Amino acid sequence: MTAIEEIAPVNLTPARTKSKGMRLTSRKQNNIFGSPIASFFAIVIALVWTIPTFGLFISSIRTPADINNTGWWTFFTNPSFTLENYNTVLFEGSSVTPPLSLYFLNSFAITIPATVFPVVIATFAAYALAWFDFKGRDLLFYTIFAMQVIPLQLALIPLLQLFANGLKIGDATLLPPLGITGTYIPIWIAHTMFAMPIAIFLLHNFLSQIPRELMEAARVDGADAFKTFRMVVLPLSIPAIASFAIFQFLWVWNDLLVGLTFGGGKREIAPLMVRLAELTGTRGGDWELLTAGAFVSIIVPVAVFFALQRYFVRGLLAGSVKG
Amino acid sequence: MRAIKRRSIVLATTSATAFALILTGCSAPSGSGDIPAGCEAYADYQGNSGTEVEIYTTVVSPEAELFQESFTEFEDCTGITINWNGSKEFEAQLPVRVEGGTAPDLAVFPQPGLLAAMAATGKLLPASDAVAASVEANYSPDWKNYGTVDGTFYASPLGANVKSFVWYSPKTFKDNGWDIPTTWDELLALSDKIATTSDVQPWCAGFESGDATGWVGTDWMEDIVLRFGGAEVYDKWVSHEIPFNDPAIVEAIGKAGQILKNPEYVGDVPSIATTSFQTGGAGIVDGSCAMHRQASFIGGILVADQGATIVTPDDTTTEGGITTFYFPGATADDKPALGGGEFIGAFADRPEVQAVQLYLTTPEWNNKKAALGGWFSANLGLDTANVADPVNANAVEILKNATTFRFDGSDLMPAAVGAGSFWKEMTAWVAEDKSDKAVLDAIEASWPK
Repeated sequence: MTAIEEIAPVNLTPARTKSKGMRLTSRKQNNIFGSPIASFFAIVIALVWTIPTFGLFISSIRTPADINNTGWWTFFTNPSFTLENYNTVLFEGSSVTPPLSLYFLNSFAITIPATVFPVVIATFAAYALAWFDFKGRDLLFYTIFAMQVIPLQLALIPLLQLFANGLKIGDATLLPPLGITGTYIPIWIAHTMFAMPIAIFLLHNFLSQIPRELMEAARVDGADAFKTFRMVVLPLSIPAIASFAIFQFLWVWNDLLVGLTFGGGKREIAPLMVRLAELTGTRGGDWELLTAGAFVSIIVPVAVFFALQRYFVRGLLAGSVKG
Repeated sequence: MRAIKRRSIVLATTSATAFALILTGCSAPSGSGDIPAGCEAYADYQGNSGTEVEIYTTVVSPEAELFQESFTEFEDCTGITINWNGSKEFEAQLPVRVEGGTAPDLAVFPQPGLLAAMAATGKLLPASDAVAASVEANYSPDWKNYGTVDGTFYASPLGANVKSFVWYSPKTFKDNGWDIPTTWDELLALSDKIATTSDVQPWCAGFESGDATGWVGTDWMEDIVLRFGGAEVYDKWVSHEIPFNDPAIVEAIGKAGQILKNPEYVGDVPSIATTSFQTGGAGIVDGSCAMHRQASFIGGILVADQGATIVTPDDTTTEGGITTFYFPGATADDKPALGGGEFIGAFADRPEVQAVQLYLTTPEWNNKKAALGGWFSANLGLDTANVADPVNANAVEILKNATTFRFDGSDLMPAAVGAGSFWKEMTAWVAEDKSDKAVLDAIEASWPK
């Protein structure tokens, strides 16, 4: 977390003007969205896109009987309002199925480290791959990027075995059983590993666009590699780092598969999504709870998105235009 | 430990000897220490204090709370903590956990197909002798058989459900002067009568169930094959000794079609495919339809979602009261039972795991759990008086008295059929008016070679 906190207050103006590719793109954007027809279509698309979510929201404040018997649009002719779904989802529970609110802590305990680790590692790695000249650099970079094609589902069982049983080849024990199953650690490691290829790729392409003159100027001024990284590279790459951090945060927060698998089915460390998936009950009859559960669970991603939104659009283009 | 195990084999057989043995167990100095007052019935499971046992299952809230509640006394008396770990992703996650080396202690298999797959991995452990003996004493051989894979007994039965039911409202039937049919011909005659003489739709049905859409149709088929083909044809059909488009099965789907594809009976046929199974039976509660063929568990859903009340067939006055009659066969005497159930198998052989598995096969636990409501099992020691819900009590009687019990066939078929083409083709059968022959041929073609 420290990395982001430290660098957040830095003024970002240099980054905006530094990259030629990016400036061009944003000017083009203005042209497109400047036209009233385009704005009209954008608004229509936004509205159409929002209708299902809106319907979900309306459903979440209706009674189960109403949800089961009539469509959400009838709410306007025959309004009925209840917060019962939210109350049930947030506060009602038992020792077997704790209320959703208790899972927020678990989700933060998973998501924050699982965002910070890959961001930190990938930034260092991308810096080294972009600016250090060493033998086999390109091969290494492309190998890392090629990892992107491996679906994470393929790695679930081998990774789980590694965590639970250690690693043995023949009789030689390369890694003893780590004894970390049932803790957060496997989830952090798994998320970090699965994020690494795309993180390094995005940041590498962004960092390699930093003008060589800047790096040389830093070196002339007597900065070593680490100081250059800290004083020049980091402040310039905030948009890319922030946008990747948002991506990673949303991905981990919304993740069900990794949390479910590497949590070993333990309730104590299960993220919000695992509980959300079980809200509907054994036979899926209580889906009215899901409507409220969905809105409860998106509070945090929405907050994160709005907090870091100003980096987002610029960051989206990070690494996508090689200049 | 060996002494305890041997004792429990005998214990399971009769309660009289059990009592005597508990007494000797208490006085024996080599026993497992002092048994807390009121815990005499748990003498068999002592010596595991401070241990934990995880039960991994598909059953989540609100049913999970009832399970946990039924364990409280056992936990207090033995010191074993039971973690009821429910996940709706059970079927996908269990193989992952087993392969990944983090297998649960006990897993509740909702269908024998997955049990067979887990037994094949070699990680599922055969049931202990004590558990096997207890299951032999407390369940009919059919049930032990379904927990057995290739001659090895792995998993003991847990809950059960009965499919062969037609739900109806006694009040609606009384008000209109309809009689309960006892044969298939009477059933069709009654349907005709309802269709021609009243505004009520004779049948309602719903096949929609998310990824599993169509399973309701497979239940119809199974019930009818079991009635008109008999147990022998049913077994051959399920194990694919006869092809899926065998004349006996063609006859069965034809009979199902007499009801499900008759617009006089069900209204708009294609809408069956898009009506969820939870709301399919809503019509019998509000009186808009007369009959709904569905398993015993739909009662709880109709009570919760539609405000129904489960009553006895004699109660003809309660508004919204629903109950069941037996889905009739060719003759009134022919009463095979079609049902399903869960089986609990162990991935660990620690003594506390075996103790929990053993406890779950005892009449004591089954009665305790049934008394909490909404649940029953095929345990022969289950007292019907403990089953409050009249339909479930009826189901327990059917299970105990059935001349033939057969497990839900689609659960026994290979997943590609039982959880794949059979569902899909039954859906197409109603949704697209696909012909009987095309449906059966397509399922036959999909059977793994």
